[in-house]
Amino acid sequence: MTGAELIINGLQKEGVRAVFGYPGGAVLDIFDRLYEARVPFYLTRHEQGAAHAADGYARVSGEVGVCLATSGPGATNLATGLATASMDSIPLVAITGQVATHLIGNDAFQEVDIIGISRSITKHNFLVRDVNELGKVFRSAFYIARSGRPGPVLIDVPKDVQQAKTQLPYPGDVNIPGYKPTIKGHSQQMRKVAGLIAHAQRPVIFAGGGVISSGASDELMQLSEKIQAPVTTSLMGLGAFPEVHPLALKMLGMHGTEYANYAIQEADLLIAIGARFDDRVTGKVDKFAPKAQIIHIDIDPTSIRKNVEVTAPLVGDVRNVLIDLLKEVKPMRHDAWLEQIDDWKSKHPLRYQQNHHISPGQIIEQVANLTKHQAIIATEVGQHQMWTAQLYNFLTPRSFLSSGGLGTMGYGFPAAIGAQVAQPDRTVVLIAGDGSIQMNIQELATVATYQLPLKIIIVNNQSLGMVRQWQAIFYNRRFSNTCLRRRSDCPKECDGDQNGCPKYIPDFCQLAEAYGIPGLRGDKPEQVRPTLEKALTTSGPVLVEFIIDAEENVFPMVPAGAAIDQMIRGMA
Amino acid sequence: MKHIINLEVANTIGVVARVTGMFTARGFNIESISAGRASMEDGSANVTLVVRGDDWVIEQVTKQLNKLIDVIRVSDVTESDFVGRELLLIKINCPPAKRTEVSMITNIFRAKVVDISNRSMTFELTGIDAKITAFIETLRPYGIKEISRSGTIAMVRDSQYKS
Repeated sequence: MTGAELIINGLQKEGVRAVFGYPGGAVLDIFDRLYEARVPFYLTRHEQGAAHAADGYARVSGEVGVCLATSGPGATNLATGLATASMDSIPLVAITGQVATHLIGNDAFQEVDIIGISRSITKHNFLVRDVNELGKVFRSAFYIARSGRPGPVLIDVPKDVQQAKTQLPYPGDVNIPGYKPTIKGHSQQMRKVAGLIAHAQRPVIFAGGGVISSGASDELMQLSEKIQAPVTTSLMGLGAFPEVHPLALKMLGMHGTEYANYAIQEADLLIAIGARFDDRVTGKVDKFAPKAQIIHIDIDPTSIRKNVEVTAPLVGDVRNVLIDLLKEVKPMRHDAWLEQIDDWKSKHPLRYQQNHHISPGQIIEQVANLTKHQAIIATEVGQHQMWTAQLYNFLTPRSFLSSGGLGTMGYGFPAAIGAQVAQPDRTVVLIAGDGSIQMNIQELATVATYQLPLKIIIVNNQSLGMVRQWQAIFYNRRFSNTCLRRRSDCPKECDGDQNGCPKYIPDFCQLAEAYGIPGLRGDKPEQVRPTLEKALTTSGPVLVEFIIDAEENVFPMVPAGAAIDQMIRGMA
Repeated sequence: MKHIINLEVANTIGVVARVTGMFTARGFNIESISAGRASMEDGSANVTLVVRGDDWVIEQVTKQLNKLIDVIRVSDVTESDFVGRELLLIKINCPPAKRTEVSMITNIFRAKVVDISNRSMTFELTGIDAKITAFIETLRPYGIKEISRSGTIAMVRDSQYKS
């Protein structure tokens, strides 16, 4: 068997149902094997698209996402995708071609040290110098990617290794001496945690992406109901707990709900589950949850005490730990606390203003209503991402795809492609901004060629809205390079709309049509629902563009460096 | 506080880069690092790191090192009874007339002469960090031409005889 054949064999043995990638000189042998293999391959139009598509596939399916690219530029184009997956703990295996072993280090054509480049943005990486190592490396890569705290693993395979022959079959189990993730929680710590819970008066559960990756939503619900603790989630945790549940506080942090942030600040016990206390969650760290003792349940020991001091750490797989913990805790009631929370909820609900423009909140709510909160929603990064996170009301895990840690503009569109490949029968909706979508707009071709029935919704404010929002609030409305219609002859000081602005840059509907994808546009509030209805009932892909006002901002908002209860509720 | 951390690592391509890369990426500092092959059979290697930091830094460093797949074992030997040694090679200006005087000093430190020429002498010394530093400072007035330090390596003592 050649190295290339072993790779295809490995993909089949690992149960890979989709590979996203792009061919090139250093992976010709693998592509030659793909020609007749039964592993479905999806050709994206950029390697970054392939990496994000594999990521989206992984988030929706829970399987390892796989992408394949050539050496040099093919490999470097994967970098943003690897970093995105790494920050959000998404299991990915990236296979890159490399120049032949005797050329490594020679500055050969399309050579790059992708092992060096990807070291800090992968969970692990391998350079395979000997075809007899290839099987073991492949097996290890998949195991490392999906176990413990999941993450991306890159395998760099020189061209001569793909061509060389080996007698060794694909291995069964591999032993990696330096890699033994802690799955089961320590029993003594478990009792300590149960003790803290038993004495809490005002508990809050803070759930992160770890709940989703370990498949612990049911256990989370049981714990929350058993100890009557309300649940707030990070952006990565959206969907881990149904947001319409009476105990749901929805998202916390910079653009979280006021009641979630107040609950955190008043809690006497914070139970963090599969979360890592990102700075977008905590705001000013030393003023975060000042009255609370903190329990931190996470599979990654490095997450514990990285950002906040904790009273009781508990390392282990979240689902495993929660199953054990549920046996230790007794049912509790916190009527006064829940009353207080309901009071905050009724006094400070999320709301948005309706005026003669289409409001972004209206778009998100209509999408939610028409899809009955059951669609898979992907977003790009920016204001539209936060509006979606705030207003969609996610009910199930693995239905919200967004670049949380890295904040990668250009993530959402290819991720939605991967999601649709993983779940061909579910409605997949991309909610994008007009800035972000252009970062991987070339993937319209992928949608068109595979006829993926993706619904692309562009919330178009003709600007880089989130940066513009910061400029409006903190930089004295000096809109430096955030207007996407700005031309070289525009006046220096411009507050937005002027006569003579080009109407569309680009005309997204025409662009979609150029790829053979129907494009729909709405710019009046009454058009929102019918346009969305039309898009959602059309079979095949549709692009919808809604024109909104550039002055629309995301609130509430915690300014950088403030405590999370110091929220700005709107513009003065 | 200064910590001495011993690592058992898989002897794979770029393993030292993984270790040092973690320090740069996370903003920690290495005071010295020394690495070498430890076992012929399983291809493991040994790395000793000297790291300065408060408890939080050391806890994070230890955990982050443990997280590296190619790192098999991390042991902070600082709190144990351990033998720590560093190797120094030092070349100083030394015309023939000064040889006796210099030899008297270097004898105090039990340094070995490894090279001698009309203009210079080169010494080898092993010891703990403080001894090495003291030796260098004592020789400084003669004019140091070249210094090479190995960084500390360390091993925990099995004997438990405490004074």
